[in-house]
Amino acid sequence: MPYKWDFSAVLQYWDLFAWGLWLTFAYTLGSIVVGVVIGMIICFGRLSRFPVISGLSRAYQEVFRCTPLLVQLMWFYYALPLLLGITIENYVAAMLTLSLYAGSFYSEIFRGGILSIDKGQTEAAKAIAMSDRQVMWRIVIPQAFKRVLPSFINQSVIQFKNTSLISVISVGELAYMAAVVNGQTYRPLEAFTVVALLYFVVLFPMTQAADYVEHRMRVSD
Amino acid sequence: MPLTDVEPVLTVRGLEKSYNKLRVIKGVDLDLHRGEVLAIIGPSGSGKSTLIRCLNLLEVPTAGEIAYNGRRVENRFQSRGGNIGCGELRRHVGMVFQHFNLFPHKTVMQNICEGPVAVLKEPREEVEARALELLGKVGLLDKRDAYPNHLSGGQKQRVAIARALAMRPDVLLLDEVTSALDPELVGEVLQVIRLLAHDGMTMAIVTHEMAFAADVADRVAFIDGGVIAELGTAESVIRNPASERLQAFLGRFNA
Repeated sequence: MPYKWDFSAVLQYWDLFAWGLWLTFAYTLGSIVVGVVIGMIICFGRLSRFPVISGLSRAYQEVFRCTPLLVQLMWFYYALPLLLGITIENYVAAMLTLSLYAGSFYSEIFRGGILSIDKGQTEAAKAIAMSDRQVMWRIVIPQAFKRVLPSFINQSVIQFKNTSLISVISVGELAYMAAVVNGQTYRPLEAFTVVALLYFVVLFPMTQAADYVEHRMRVSD
Repeated sequence: MPLTDVEPVLTVRGLEKSYNKLRVIKGVDLDLHRGEVLAIIGPSGSGKSTLIRCLNLLEVPTAGEIAYNGRRVENRFQSRGGNIGCGELRRHVGMVFQHFNLFPHKTVMQNICEGPVAVLKEPREEVEARALELLGKVGLLDKRDAYPNHLSGGQKQRVAIARALAMRPDVLLLDEVTSALDPELVGEVLQVIRLLAHDGMTMAIVTHEMAFAADVADRVAFIDGGVIAELGTAESVIRNPASERLQAFLGRFNA
């Protein structure tokens, strides 16, 4: 017997989905903002001429890029409190981990962008007597910004999806709500389909935007 | 005007530059006098570009001394005591590059005004008026709002010259500024440089254009193997080369 789709039961809980979507947005945007700040600090750390600073930045990047986000979440929520003898609320652990994780990837995107700018640009800027700081902020970063935009958007799309992992520490974002609604209705097919669609509807325009930006850049370069 | 009567703007003594074990400049003494045009010629890899790039500290010499108007140049940004740092040095010693290196995210006008406005902190209106004057001089007034990507190589290089001149430098260093140009665009750039020479701009010019060097330079330095092998008037060095090396080098240009 073919499966009979019935969304009505699931859609009764539209307010849960709405709340979940709102939280997903909040965690995504929050961790992107903090992640960009961390990413910039770590990026400049890696570019530092002091080996201690560049080494520590490198270590940070590798730890967060080479361990799964899910494991990091568990670690910050279950393990770190034991180590410090304090309790960490789930939303704090979620926000912290997502930001640190995003920061490690953003830092590498930013660094790649800065290093991709032709050395001649730096030399020309120095030749008109700019300080290193002016060279960086007036000449290199504005050009690097344009160049990293597509990778930045792509990484942020991944970040949006990655927030679904914080459901494992009971943060009530979108994926968590799918499980809740499933528990109420016993309609997993509909519940998870609705959630999948919600993710898609948000992210599809983003990937299109990234493609558009990339295409326009190729034309203008 | 005999050059020896004029105080040198830039003096170079015992200059050396090595990259790890590779010695590129092996002890160069050189004076650049006010109002003088010095052409630096020599085979590829002889150290011409390295030498000229040492003059504004884009390359940091391994040994030796450089002085600007008698003030010792130090490898730090800020000037200190009687010495001059590379920040101040570069306000007075401009440079034009082989590959133009215009800022692609800025218009022609913004490229030219960037230095005086951002570095010298001069009022924008004043700088823009001067930029327009310079654009007129290099024949590109109509390109003031264009982005570099929309210009030909020759036009880019003329903008790059205007950008350097906008700083009102004492000395202009030109590093193979026509080498990346299509042959038919070389002339328009050389014409601008001729104009500058005529106006009395002090210049050091690394070039492969022998006829141009002979024509515009007061003195010519022939660099070979990291040292100045011959130095003299354009007439003596290019028209009457002494050494076999220089004769062989010039022979390849039919100069």
